[in-house]
Amino acid sequence: MRYEMPTTAKAAAGLLAKEKGRAFVLAGGTDLLVKMKAGVVEPDLIVDIKAIKGMKDIKKSAGGFVIGAAVPCVALSENAALTKAWPGVVEAANLIGSKQVQGRCTMSGNLCNASPAADSVPALIAAGAKVSIISAKGSRKVAVEDVTTGVGRTSLKKGEFVTAIELPAKKPKSGDAYLRFIPRTEMDIAVVSCAVNVSLDAKGMITKARVVLGAVAITALLVKDAASAIVGTKLDDAAKAKLAAACSAACKPIDDKRGTVEFRTEVAGVLARRAAEIAYARAGGKQ
Amino acid sequence: MSLDSMNPALVEKHFKVIGTRVARPDGVDKVTGRARYGADAAMPGQLVGLVLRSPHAHAQIVKIDISKAVKLAGVKAVITSADFPDHTQGDRGMMDILENCMARGKALYDGHAVAAVAAIDAATARKALKLINVTYKILPHVTDVDEALQIHAPVLHPHIYTEGLSEKPTAASNWNKHGEYGHGDVDAGFKEADMVISRSYKTEQTHQGYIEPHSALASVSPDGSAEMFVCTQGHFVYRNQCATLLGLDANKLRVTASEIGGGFGGKTHVWAEPLALALSRKANRPVKLTMSREEVFRCTGPTSSTSIDVKIGAKKDGTITAAWAELRYQGGCFPSNWAELGAMTAFACYDLKNVKTVSKDAVVNRPKTAAYRAPSAPMAAFAVENTIDEVAKAIGMDPIDFRIKNAAKQGTKSSYGPVYGPIGIGPTLEAAKNHPHMKAPLGKNMGRGMACGFWFNFGGQTCVDVNVTPDGNVTIAQGTIDVGGSRASIAMAVAEELGVTYNQVRSIIADTSSLGHNDMTDGSRGTFSTSKAAIFAARNAITVLRDRAAKIWEIPASEVEWRDGAAHAKGVNHGNRTPLSLKEIAAQAGQTGGPIAGHAETVADNAGVSFATHIADVETDPETGRSLIKRYTVIQDAGKAMHPSYVEGQYQGGAAQGIGWALNEEYVYGKDGRLQNAAFLDYRIPVCSDLPFIDTQILEIPNPNHPYGVRGVGETSIVPPLAAVSIAVTNATGVRQTHIPMSPPRVLKSLKTKKK
Amino acid sequence: MGVHVRSTVNGDAVEFTCPEDEVLLDVLRNRLGLTGAKEGCGTGDCGACSVILDGRLVCSCLVLGAEMDGKVVETIEGMADGAKLHPLQQHFIDGAALQCGVCTPGFLMAADALLRKNPDPTEEEIRFGLAGNLCRCTGYDKIVRAVQAAAKEMRG
Repeated sequence: MRYEMPTTAKAAAGLLAKEKGRAFVLAGGTDLLVKMKAGVVEPDLIVDIKAIKGMKDIKKSAGGFVIGAAVPCVALSENAALTKAWPGVVEAANLIGSKQVQGRCTMSGNLCNASPAADSVPALIAAGAKVSIISAKGSRKVAVEDVTTGVGRTSLKKGEFVTAIELPAKKPKSGDAYLRFIPRTEMDIAVVSCAVNVSLDAKGMITKARVVLGAVAITALLVKDAASAIVGTKLDDAAKAKLAAACSAACKPIDDKRGTVEFRTEVAGVLARRAAEIAYARAGGKQ
Repeated sequence: MSLDSMNPALVEKHFKVIGTRVARPDGVDKVTGRARYGADAAMPGQLVGLVLRSPHAHAQIVKIDISKAVKLAGVKAVITSADFPDHTQGDRGMMDILENCMARGKALYDGHAVAAVAAIDAATARKALKLINVTYKILPHVTDVDEALQIHAPVLHPHIYTEGLSEKPTAASNWNKHGEYGHGDVDAGFKEADMVISRSYKTEQTHQGYIEPHSALASVSPDGSAEMFVCTQGHFVYRNQCATLLGLDANKLRVTASEIGGGFGGKTHVWAEPLALALSRKANRPVKLTMSREEVFRCTGPTSSTSIDVKIGAKKDGTITAAWAELRYQGGCFPSNWAELGAMTAFACYDLKNVKTVSKDAVVNRPKTAAYRAPSAPMAAFAVENTIDEVAKAIGMDPIDFRIKNAAKQGTKSSYGPVYGPIGIGPTLEAAKNHPHMKAPLGKNMGRGMACGFWFNFGGQTCVDVNVTPDGNVTIAQGTIDVGGSRASIAMAVAEELGVTYNQVRSIIADTSSLGHNDMTDGSRGTFSTSKAAIFAARNAITVLRDRAAKIWEIPASEVEWRDGAAHAKGVNHGNRTPLSLKEIAAQAGQTGGPIAGHAETVADNAGVSFATHIADVETDPETGRSLIKRYTVIQDAGKAMHPSYVEGQYQGGAAQGIGWALNEEYVYGKDGRLQNAAFLDYRIPVCSDLPFIDTQILEIPNPNHPYGVRGVGETSIVPPLAAVSIAVTNATGVRQTHIPMSPPRVLKSLKTKKK
Repeated sequence: MGVHVRSTVNGDAVEFTCPEDEVLLDVLRNRLGLTGAKEGCGTGDCGACSVILDGRLVCSCLVLGAEMDGKVVETIEGMADGAKLHPLQQHFIDGAALQCGVCTPGFLMAADALLRKNPDPTEEEIRFGLAGNLCRCTGYDKIVRAVQAAAKEMRG
């Protein structure tokens, strides 16, 4: 195995493109090193992107936030502006692993690891986040929901890697929230999760909504029916019931060591309702 | 041993050291990273040992081809069962241990060792494992205890015929042992009852979950001598077992115990240690073999999963007229008697006229089980205490009053046979009833449960050396592993006896060539038995000290007494002599007969049975089934708490393990018989944020069979939590919880039955 | 083969060569003789290998040795000031916050990292701050109390 620590994104992309064997990008390493330990992956090349300029920066502009691919999740919660604008995203990212893991893990890694249970991914999708992808040939931007294509699979082509995640500027009277279900209070993988992002009008009516479920299908699910269930409402009980039903209906989960189909389907609705309540309150809505 | 040493009146004496909260001798090393655990040692030229394990739950090993692995550069030894000729001389139990260490002909569970390698580094060893080619013929498997007992279940061992039946069965089966305990006439008792409740329960398999994986550093010399540095609860037992399995003389195998990073029963017999020795013997180099966390879960000894039926009858006035239970436990792939232990403990808290328990022990295609803190008792208590709770409610009596009314007491014939001496079940129940916790208000979705637990406690073979140093201080060599602070407690006992300060006394764990045999630290025996031996050793040292003082004074030893750390001459002729301190006598040892020491060897019988009552408050989310512990109280009889902080630590640690078991911990097997959650990620032991502070109340009902009244305290604390927490969840949700762990999917499903 | 690395461990300049895929935990334990960090799982689930890397708490089993060039590592071996124990270490002993002690180095590093960031944590903040460190002996009760006591002493 070779270990490279290039100082430019272009050099990194070149290394990845050139490698004939199995090449992996290393940011926080909290998934990659676990897989190496288990013998699930045996890299021929590891490209550490942490020495590349900007990879560890969070930049705020009128257009929103650009979060470098090597920003550890703990740094997100240390950024007051980001936490104020996207509390749901920051909370989701800060649920990944322990404090120790927080010091290393990144949202970009969480996304590219392509686990259906990734905590930050539903929140990013709900927020309408995009990712910047670079390769030797150039760069492109895609919506977060277009990155993961299956369990452990992404739409990234050989030689491509994520350089940043971009969050839009927070709209007035909007709010986001993320909740996951785990059996313990910490250290578990989400059994089912839900992110909600809502925008309200002056009267507290929901004008736009994005509802995303995690761990109930091979990728995070953007549930349009769930959004329509609450748009045009003030998140009254009937709307919440419709939201929960739409979420449960959208689930395509499996039985595994963490939960059953029945459990995930039911709790998806429960979490959607609860997350929507938080997001609605954060947007300034009063129930 | 002098008669006064057994006098319970001594318990009333005023202690100077016992009962204080001194600092442990291993404390600084443990907070600075200096303490050496199993994997922390090294020997010159050591190799790395790794084990190849079966991926199948049950398979014939048709062929093992090691030829490629042997040829790999850097590989120094490859072993299989062929490297372990049978030295067991017909001892089937030892053969089971050997067969578990290395499969012989058949792999009996997912993770069963089939070969091992020693190589110059881990990378080479990993490569070598991949080069070993094992041809398996997969056999049908069974992992569930009730299925294993079915007539058509795949049979693991053709030599197992159920033991304990009046007639020998005609066919081999997985049912290895039948047992019965009790007295009276339960049929007549049930007829007398106004209310009879029958219930069936299940508990899933759990692991001790110690944080330190097993590790052994073994070095076998060509002259047949060997040494091993290893994490273990009993290095003498490891020495004896390894010597037998490898055909070594026990005197030539010197085992040094590392600091132990938790055991809870899981480090009571050998797993990969014989492999480390065999690899070293073959490679002629030291070999370090450390398990991965995955191996710890897959290949060491968890506790049984169980299936239990309970039937209890009572009169309206609260008298239990009859109690019956059948307990079915799987012991993994080799015969065990865990169900029998469960049957013995099931009704031990109660004074019953008519009681009967039946045990069925079974083998399944899971790892060989080991003891786990009060082994078998938590599951039995879960089933019995829930039924007790249900009967109490059915007759309209407060469950705590119902228990108090039926509690065992001094003179009660226990459900497993013996008649009790002074015991603490009644006092723990009264303390629980009067505890502020019982009266605290409960919030929304909350429930409170209380339950009792029992454990036998054990004594066993123990020996201790007490040596006085020339500068007048004291060293102790003990042979029982210190798992929870016993080096401090033993030093306290010797300081108490000698009348010196705790700081003048230091205890170490001697290696197996420095002391006689000691049983392992299990059965809550560490502090009980070792302090008993240490007290006798100290008293023997005092006899020597009195002799030496007599010699210095030139008076008869009978006219010298020992108190407050000094020899005092007594009697009219000698009363004006200045007392001789330990230091002064030690300084003259060379002139008065040589080094001063006391030794004691004992079988520390009558450990003193132990009882506890726990109270749990739980909040259960009715929409997700998740339960959180909001408050928890442990009340337990310690006999005498030598070091109260360490006693509290045992109460809290046992409760936390029980809470984890009650709520989330379980082995999950796939249909293929493979363990699916061999990692701390999905084997969910409680984390810090899962628990509240755990309140403790230490009761002291002296054990008449220990000089200070000490009882074992280590295990009983894990017995009530499964019951207390499940009763709390039952009260929070209104649905009786009969399946442990009460994982959220299981609880949410149970709530559906209520809605229907 | 291997990566040549220069870094600072507990204030000392160290230099080592390790295979590209070797984790920091193995470097500390097998190359630098610092066995205070323990491998309880090797997968970031138990926290027994916790160290502080450039001021951040990490699991040393989830960091490559190759990444260490120019980095500053603090381990349990560097926590005491010579013979004087850190208040956390002293309170762990005094408060019986350890039994077997194998998780203790990790807990002390995690508690140290917590108190640097938050000198006056609530019980809940301590519990969540230490949730990445598993202890199987104590039920965490005396650990949380020891951290509270040390924090109080350190605040003066």
